[in-house]
Amino acid sequence: MIVVLAPGFLTTVQDEGRRGYRAFGMPWAGAMDRFAFASANLLAGNPPGAAALEMTLSGGSFRFEEAVYVALCGAEMGAALEGAPAGNWVAFPVASGATLSFGPAALGCRTYLAVHGGIDVPVVLGSRSTYVRAGVGGVGGRALVVGDILRIGPAPAAGRLPPRRSLPGPLVPSCGGEARLRVLAGPQEEMFAPDGIDTFFSSAYTVTGRNDRMGYRLEGPAVRHKAGADILTDALAPGAVQVPGDGMPIVMMADCQTSGGYAKIGTVIGPDLRLLAQSRSGDTVHFLRCPEEEAVTALRGERAAYAVIKERFPGVG
Amino acid sequence: MGAVRMLVAGEQGLVVEFGNAIDPAVNARVHRLARALAARGLEGVLETVPTYRSLLVLFDPLVLTRERLASEVERLLAAPEAGEASGAGRNTVELPVLYGGEFGPDLDFVARHNGLSAEEVVAIHSSSAYLVYMLGFTPGFPYLGGMSSRLATPRLSSPRGKVPSGSVGIAGSQAGVYPLESPGGWRLIGRTPLRLFDMDAERPFLLAPGDVVRFRPVDEEEYWAYLQVEEIRAFERRGR
Repeated sequence: MIVVLAPGFLTTVQDEGRRGYRAFGMPWAGAMDRFAFASANLLAGNPPGAAALEMTLSGGSFRFEEAVYVALCGAEMGAALEGAPAGNWVAFPVASGATLSFGPAALGCRTYLAVHGGIDVPVVLGSRSTYVRAGVGGVGGRALVVGDILRIGPAPAAGRLPPRRSLPGPLVPSCGGEARLRVLAGPQEEMFAPDGIDTFFSSAYTVTGRNDRMGYRLEGPAVRHKAGADILTDALAPGAVQVPGDGMPIVMMADCQTSGGYAKIGTVIGPDLRLLAQSRSGDTVHFLRCPEEEAVTALRGERAAYAVIKERFPGVG
Repeated sequence: MGAVRMLVAGEQGLVVEFGNAIDPAVNARVHRLARALAARGLEGVLETVPTYRSLLVLFDPLVLTRERLASEVERLLAAPEAGEASGAGRNTVELPVLYGGEFGPDLDFVARHNGLSAEEVVAIHSSSAYLVYMLGFTPGFPYLGGMSSRLATPRLSSPRGKVPSGSVGIAGSQAGVYPLESPGGWRLIGRTPLRLFDMDAERPFLLAPGDVVRFRPVDEEEYWAYLQVEEIRAFERRGR
């Protein structure tokens, strides 16, 4: 069991997301930085999609009531095990009764704490992910609060995991700072004026304070439409870049609603969306036009990285 | 019927667009393709999301290329669907509604706005068959078409902070039902005791895209009876 001594700014249980119900208006939710999330699970000896804790901006403090094996990946939040620096992109055993604490992230936004065996909360519509807006999944459909007690799932490889292991440097991605996001144009690129499209792909945008698990509102040079910004409500999925009438892009994220009525100039490619998930108010974002082939190659590269991590760090994943 | 367009929505998204209007015939093509794709069971298709006039097909490009998916879609569009003429696959759901009073605080406004009595609003509202064009906004929220133009009423100028779940509303010429308590600006004319979204139920969503909804006026006694049954069911599920 894990006792939440302090929840941090916003900590939720997340897994790969609640797939298959978008037709019913149910967002996926799930980890915002899927690479850090999957890496944490693989390092912890879990399947890559096991439920873990997603901490935001400032991490929490957790006491373990049983001996566990944990992994931390994502933004550097100064993790400390019983007061001693614990590192990042690492996995290690934690003795029963020990406390693992996190502080604020100096750079980046989200850190995953995976526990061998996974966080055991009820599965709702096939997923343990928390979707706060509808009160679904995780712990009571909400962010963690002080005093919450989390159960840990069965830990089949517990005895076989090494004392400490960390992700090799070349596999550790950047977290936070300037984000360069590759974008596939469409589906409504034709609704934008040619100079509006140029503006979008050549300007620097700033992450505003209105950024959360649903979407990131950006600010910068206005992206001009040809006639209007409104379309007949159609489907939205994470990565979609909506541009309302004010010309300021909104990038949809894991919790985004399933439909929307603003023209979408493009879609941030899946492997790059984590870069935005690690950015915060004031960070700079650039959009780079990307051919489809490159997007598919990037996805192949991401999957290959998981395969490498899995091979180097055996577990049950 | 216009030409079908295939649009790119990221490396994992294909949008099949059938038109640009809220039109039952266009929407029927969307649902027909969704059913055909489900029946085809292509490996690599992750999920489909029907909307008024388009179907978003989410796929894994490392399993199924866009080219292959697009050609499969074209093939399915060209093939006639068995049983389509008889309206197969269309499910009708009746929603009991307690109209007016505290359950439908805007019923009188809707009546005045349209020069009708409250009774006439109820009679008109409950005499149409409504098409579930799509679900969205919140889990289980149906965008319903088919409301009589005699009931069209603009949204509230300032949305309510809390609309109770089950509220039956009107926004312009659209009709809808709130599955969850949420903020909202629709005019509320009644409330259904049925749960449109219940995450613990075997069928968590009462309505599916393409369904037909009918509203049936009930009195308070029947409303509370329905509500009681819903609560007993929910209690039993929690106890399992």
